[in-house]
Amino acid sequence: MVAKVMPEIAEKDGYKFGFNDNDNATYSYRTEKGLSEDVVREISRVKNEPQWMTDFRLKSYKHFLEKPMPTGFWGGSIQNYDLDFNDIYYYARASDRPEADWSDVPEYIKDTFDKLGIPEAEKNSLIAGVGAQYDSEVVYHSIRADLEKLGVIFTDTDSAVRDYPEIFQKYFGTIVPPADNKFAALNSAVWSGGSFVYVPAGVKVDIPLQAYFRINKENMGQFERTLIIAEEGSYVHYVEGCTAPTYSTDSLHSAVVEIVVKKNARVRYTTIQNWSTNVYNLVTKRAAAYENAVMEWVDGNLGSRLTMKYPSVYLMEPHAHGEVLSLAMASDGQHQDAGAKMVHVAPDTTSTIISKSVSKGSGRTSYRGALHVYPGALRSKATVRCDALLLDEESRSDTYPLMDIEEENVNIGHEASVSKVGEDQLFYLQSRGLTEVDATKMIVNGFVEPIVKELPMEYAVELNRLIELQMEGAVG
Amino acid sequence: MADELLKISGLTVAVEGKQILNGVDLTVNRGEVHAIMGPNGSGKSTLANALMGHPRYQVTGGTVRFKGEDILKLSPDKRAAAGMFLAFQYPTSIPGVTMVNFLRQAMKAVRGEDVPVREFREKLLATMKMLKMDEQFARRYVNEGFSGGEKKRAEILQMGILDPDLAIMDETDSGLDIDALRTVAEGINVLTTPKLGVVLITHYQRLLNYIKPQFVHILYQGRIIESGGADLALQLEDEGYDPIIAKYAPALVGAGEKA
Repeated sequence: MVAKVMPEIAEKDGYKFGFNDNDNATYSYRTEKGLSEDVVREISRVKNEPQWMTDFRLKSYKHFLEKPMPTGFWGGSIQNYDLDFNDIYYYARASDRPEADWSDVPEYIKDTFDKLGIPEAEKNSLIAGVGAQYDSEVVYHSIRADLEKLGVIFTDTDSAVRDYPEIFQKYFGTIVPPADNKFAALNSAVWSGGSFVYVPAGVKVDIPLQAYFRINKENMGQFERTLIIAEEGSYVHYVEGCTAPTYSTDSLHSAVVEIVVKKNARVRYTTIQNWSTNVYNLVTKRAAAYENAVMEWVDGNLGSRLTMKYPSVYLMEPHAHGEVLSLAMASDGQHQDAGAKMVHVAPDTTSTIISKSVSKGSGRTSYRGALHVYPGALRSKATVRCDALLLDEESRSDTYPLMDIEEENVNIGHEASVSKVGEDQLFYLQSRGLTEVDATKMIVNGFVEPIVKELPMEYAVELNRLIELQMEGAVG
Repeated sequence: MADELLKISGLTVAVEGKQILNGVDLTVNRGEVHAIMGPNGSGKSTLANALMGHPRYQVTGGTVRFKGEDILKLSPDKRAAAGMFLAFQYPTSIPGVTMVNFLRQAMKAVRGEDVPVREFREKLLATMKMLKMDEQFARRYVNEGFSGGEKKRAEILQMGILDPDLAIMDETDSGLDIDALRTVAEGINVLTTPKLGVVLITHYQRLLNYIKPQFVHILYQGRIIESGGADLALQLEDEGYDPIIAKYAPALVGAGEKA
């Protein structure tokens, strides 16, 4: 019955991914609610992991216990929420291994991804490879045969531990160490699933690899771990989408993403986050870019109850370039605390942060950004631009830019603006026949255009559609 | 009566509690051009905005009928769909929205149905050509970074695309050099068909050298104090507003200014 009732509730909110399949879901294994050293050991045991990973998890769990809830830069407002770490399931497995053929994926899980349009996109060759994660485990993974022949690896992270131990162990946990922050430590202790991508030198993956993350279970925690390594002169675009059912109690998504972009390589990482509004989304994403490398984060946050996410780029060698395009949209009851972090370590490095946020009703957006220029990072050039759009009197937006510039010979630009959807703009468009709702949509779509135009066509269409869903009932 | 388009009776309008229009009467038939002139602060722009339904302009009394129907209860988009159009004195910008996208959606909204791409494109290109606008113009964001002349041209372009029955032009001549003024005026003249009624709000007489009104009305202190033919505008150019104001309220002479 639940499965039949929930979608209706969800659709009232305009969230069309709110269905669940609890009627059909059978978990072959799951840990008890709550977190303890035993639960951490148990996850490692069930996964049959090598000892070094078990040790890594236990050490991370200690960091998790010791670390305070993040304050200051990493995020400001988590203390105001009633997130209870003991009310979460840390691991649940519905399937014993990732399949490479949709027909081998359990029917009810396949149905879920069908509804989300994932197999369809693969069939239509819109993507070069797909990964699909359902709660804790990756249930499906595939990659185009020609890319595999070129040595491109796109698999789930658990398989990578087993199948590519050398390269995996060399990079895992080096970009985001477990002690980085409480949620990185938590992820490091209980991580499961995620993607492992390896692109050999000189290989350019022409169309995006896509990963799809789905939380199905109530009070579930999803802790995927993604590691991307782009060797010299390579290129890859990785796209992830996230949804969850609408429950009355909260779920937790706490991922860690680590990316290594070597000399002359370029990586673009695009996220369209559309979690239901009962999900805490607390994610650490970081990349290291080496000589003349380019790292681009395109980060769209539309869903979740609270998101705290600041993709960062460490510019390690000369002429590395980092870019973050951040889009946040907060409707009633949501707080998008998003932004970016750029760290200029080497000379002649450049970075750009463009942040656009839209708040509606009791929704709140915060831009939290950090710019750090190390001594000796001569001629570094950094540009930060953040624009906030408020749709009504109640909505709210704040900006917390942090700058730590330890070099004089640099070029730093920062611009910020907050604007309201103006009576005059609405009247202008209405006088041309647009209804108030359509006029507001047009203003919002125009506002986010600089980010949407960076997305591949299908994602741009999807994003515009999601924005329109959120805008329904925005006025009137 | 058969051609009656707009009938304003005893219209009073307040802005933020302050009464600006004190009882305006005006009837516009199809095929007629009415110029509304008056010194600054007489209520010209208030009349334009109130007719189109700007929420800041509160109608406190009187009636406005358009094609025989009371429109005061209608939202601005419904008034647009009914065939009313306002060319703004200060059009606002809509960043990130291209002119072509905006015009297409507006045309669809006013018609109440989809417009075939080809038909839209042809109409757009023809109207832009008539207004001496480069094709690239359609790719720019609505009014974003437009010069004064470009903004006014863009307003006339919208009028051409939306094909209204009533066009209210609010100081369309302001801020234009003589060449731009001529182009805009020619555009309005081309778009002036026997079905169209025009309310031309202007501070200066010079636009009327290019667009000939059949009727000229003087708005002063929220009322039309004098109506006449095209010659009234010429008289204003020669003598200023004072003689007319003197006739209406001798004590106020000097409060007006030269047209």
